[in-house]
Amino acid sequence: MIGILASVIDGILIGAVYGLAAMGLTLIWGVMNVINLAHGAIVVIGMFALYLIAHSLGLHPYGAVPLMIVFGFVVGIALYWIGVHRMIGRSELMSLLSTFALNMVLIGLGTAWWTTSPYNVQVSMPALSWRGYTFTGTHITAAVLAVVIAGLLYLLLYHTRIGKAVRAVATNREAAELCGIPTTQVLAMAFGLGVALAGVSGTLIATMFPFTVLSGEAYQLKSFVVTVLGGLGNPAGALMGGIALGLIEGLATPFMPVSWIPIVEFGLFVFCLIAFPRGIFSFSKA
Amino acid sequence: MWRRPFPWFIAAAALVYALYPYLADDVGLRESLLLAAVYIILASNLNLMIGYAGYVNFGNIVFFGLGGYICLYLVTALHWNVIPAALVGGVAVSSLALLFGLGILRLRGAFFALATIGVNQAIQQLVVNFEPWGGATGIYLSLESYGSLGGPMQALWITYLMVVGVTAGSLLASYAIRNSKFGLGLLAIGQNEDAAAVLGVPTPLYKAMVYSASAFLPAVAGGLYFFKSGIIEPTSAFNLQTSIEAIVMVMLGGSGTILGPALGAFLYEELRGFLLTAESFSQFQLVIAGALLLLIVQFVPGGLLGFVHQRWPRTRRWLE
Amino acid sequence: MRKAAYLLAASVLFAAVPAFAQEAITIGFTASQTGALNNDSTAQMRGIELWRDDVNAKGGIKAGGKSYTVKLVSYDDESQNTRVQQLYTRLITQDKAQFLISPYSSGLVATAAIISEQYGKVMITTGGALEKTYRLGNKSLFQLYTGGNQYLAGALQALKEKNPKPQIAFIYEDDPFSKAVVAAVREMAKKDGDAVVTDESYAGSTTDFSPVINKMISAKADALLGGGHYADGATLARQLHEQKAGVKWVTLLVAPDSPKFAELGDAAVGISVPSQWEPEAAYKPDFGPTVAEFTKEFTDKYKIGPAYHAAGGYAAGLILQHAIEKAGSIDQAKVAAELNAMDVTTFFGRTKFSNDPKEHGLQIAHEMVLAQWQKKNGKLVKEVIWPKEAKTADPLY
Repeated sequence: MIGILASVIDGILIGAVYGLAAMGLTLIWGVMNVINLAHGAIVVIGMFALYLIAHSLGLHPYGAVPLMIVFGFVVGIALYWIGVHRMIGRSELMSLLSTFALNMVLIGLGTAWWTTSPYNVQVSMPALSWRGYTFTGTHITAAVLAVVIAGLLYLLLYHTRIGKAVRAVATNREAAELCGIPTTQVLAMAFGLGVALAGVSGTLIATMFPFTVLSGEAYQLKSFVVTVLGGLGNPAGALMGGIALGLIEGLATPFMPVSWIPIVEFGLFVFCLIAFPRGIFSFSKA
Repeated sequence: MWRRPFPWFIAAAALVYALYPYLADDVGLRESLLLAAVYIILASNLNLMIGYAGYVNFGNIVFFGLGGYICLYLVTALHWNVIPAALVGGVAVSSLALLFGLGILRLRGAFFALATIGVNQAIQQLVVNFEPWGGATGIYLSLESYGSLGGPMQALWITYLMVVGVTAGSLLASYAIRNSKFGLGLLAIGQNEDAAAVLGVPTPLYKAMVYSASAFLPAVAGGLYFFKSGIIEPTSAFNLQTSIEAIVMVMLGGSGTILGPALGAFLYEELRGFLLTAESFSQFQLVIAGALLLLIVQFVPGGLLGFVHQRWPRTRRWLE
Repeated sequence: MRKAAYLLAASVLFAAVPAFAQEAITIGFTASQTGALNNDSTAQMRGIELWRDDVNAKGGIKAGGKSYTVKLVSYDDESQNTRVQQLYTRLITQDKAQFLISPYSSGLVATAAIISEQYGKVMITTGGALEKTYRLGNKSLFQLYTGGNQYLAGALQALKEKNPKPQIAFIYEDDPFSKAVVAAVREMAKKDGDAVVTDESYAGSTTDFSPVINKMISAKADALLGGGHYADGATLARQLHEQKAGVKWVTLLVAPDSPKFAELGDAAVGISVPSQWEPEAAYKPDFGPTVAEFTKEFTDKYKIGPAYHAAGGYAAGLILQHAIEKAGSIDQAKVAAELNAMDVTTFFGRTKFSNDPKEHGLQIAHEMVLAQWQKKNGKLVKEVIWPKEAKTADPLY
């Protein structure tokens, strides 16, 4: 029925943004075996970046997108050197705790600065109506931009030298070092890239919904679900996983109370962790 | 175990901790000591997983919350006395943990940690949708429930004493496990699980046992704590932030030791209480804790106690 | 009239004796200055503070031959239950508050009530309509707001006047207050045989309402009753407008009453809200300021009109003051007895507390109105559209 189709389409639109968020997480995980628990905090930074840029600088909201990519990259490199560098090579647990510590510091500072009150950035875009259902312009634009940025990432990873270096370090760090690649710097850049992706997804989310300093946590959890669905270290898988999650949400909504959907998500998450540790969409070696 | 001095030290400390606010008739002190005691319980039981077996249970708060719900449900709907209700809560949750553990303990490292988060969130959402437990509203205690303990004022004191008892129990349990064959097996698993398995340690059994054991006392504590609070609802019962603060406390004090998590929990709670009413800095304990955790993980992974042991090796004998 | 004269004479007397000893009464409460509830809780706090300023300007509360300055001790509860618990415990045990006012929002009120009852302190609750809180065996709670079960009754009646056979959608926040309100009106709709085509609750932190709005569109609903508090209510209203949901009647709880709701522009037109009080109310107070006086004073001081949350805050202080003055002492038991016996009218409306031990403190005399945002001369204004005796404009449909 049309209602279900509308729900599914809306789910896919938002799913693209989930995928963008998860791409940052999975890239970092795949390249340096670090689970970035500061992911949520960075999404929040992206959200507030939109607020600051739109309100204080008076720029058009979508102008914040390229700004956030650059800013996120820089912040990511800084965070790498502060908290992640010494954790490379150590047990996964240590990097988990270390990035989590970064998360606490960032969220704590954010709360001290902005408090946990809600913020909103009004973005008006023309909407698309169809048979009584409306797809808001912000949702459509966010989805389109998410796919565009994903495409840019693909180009970067597969058609530039830096991308090649990143993939080399991800495959085998020692060999890459032997080939003359400055692996430490590449790792820092990869982290910066992952953070940039997470941050810009926050900016896109902020064009659609109101947010608080604590909003990032929900998206971090969703990113984990998506990452597990799509396979670690697989950015394409992350995008597909995000869309799949949006699809699942869209399909489930007409049939069950909205408050049951998170149960479905987390149940799926634990199930996939146990049954498909390499992800459902992963085509690489098992 | 009772032939060594350490358990007596714990028992004595617990006695002082319990009786001091009572004799000083200081309700405010009792309240903050109660919170600290609850955190010590969470941290030292979590330590069994993190410090001994090397498995980071990110969703450890689920034991606390479920224990609280079961206890409060028994007290309000079935009119039980709080003490058996809390104990039943503990048994039920640790049995559930045994069941769940068999599934998720197959995962290693970070995957396990993420799975525990998934379990916490899934159970939180289930409770939100579960009407007999009040759904998103939660369960409210009516004041008559305190009648069985002699009225609200007295009930609060009795609950405090019981919580301190559970705290002492947690520390003594940590000590007993450490000095047993079970504990030795756990420490082996924590160092190198595969090698331990090869050497004959029954790893799946031990892992499930410690996961279940680490659930019991927090569940009982949850029952007591939420009874004292008079209200339980899903957001505060399954709060992921508290769960992770417990991890910080363990790392802060020194994971793997016995007093370490207790020390970390106490210090952290004091910091929180201090910042509670500081305007615009009320969440600052997160920043400070985060910065501390960052420093500890990078430079002093042994935490406070680890640092003390390194600096003054003689303390290793008596300051566990 | 006589009371006013007595107060006037007493204050003249006391004013003439400047060297008289001034003790202080400590009244404690928490406000959600940050967090999701901050918008309306801050309004409530301003109401309380305005009352304190007025009382102290007139020399304080006069009881038993003494004059007490009002000292307010308040903390930010950040809209969180756990903080409410810790802070009220602190207010009682460390700050030695003698009387308490509740936080804003039924959920937090319920949490604070447990603490106040455990320690046996009188607490005036304002900002909390949930009735269940008063049915748990309390002795010292006193509710100012009309109970939640009444909230949507007027909206349903007003709706039925415009559309005798509505297709109703209930979309509401999953919190104690909203759930109880909707449960009550759901019963009424069932009794009248009205069609309920959508019935969904959402988590308070929800920011994406498009799934549930789509569901409502699929079900072809033409009337929406629900909402929750300010943050989610405002977002829901905005998204309803963006998605052109085409619902002819929208009543949302709490959110539309705040003056800030006007920022939604066109999205706000036609949205109605059950209100505990409006500046157009015609109550004649037994004591304290009149409706016009309160409205003017508040607007002058804070540069924004008062909504019912602010009025409730002021009224809480006013009622407490009246009880203390009538009791002639600050003893808990005496003040509680006065509150139990009270039946007065203030600018906020009529106030009378239930003495039935099974629902002690429940408000049984206060009445509600339904207000709606309409466009007058191109500007957004709030008009009272129900009940008929109190209305200032016809409902927009």
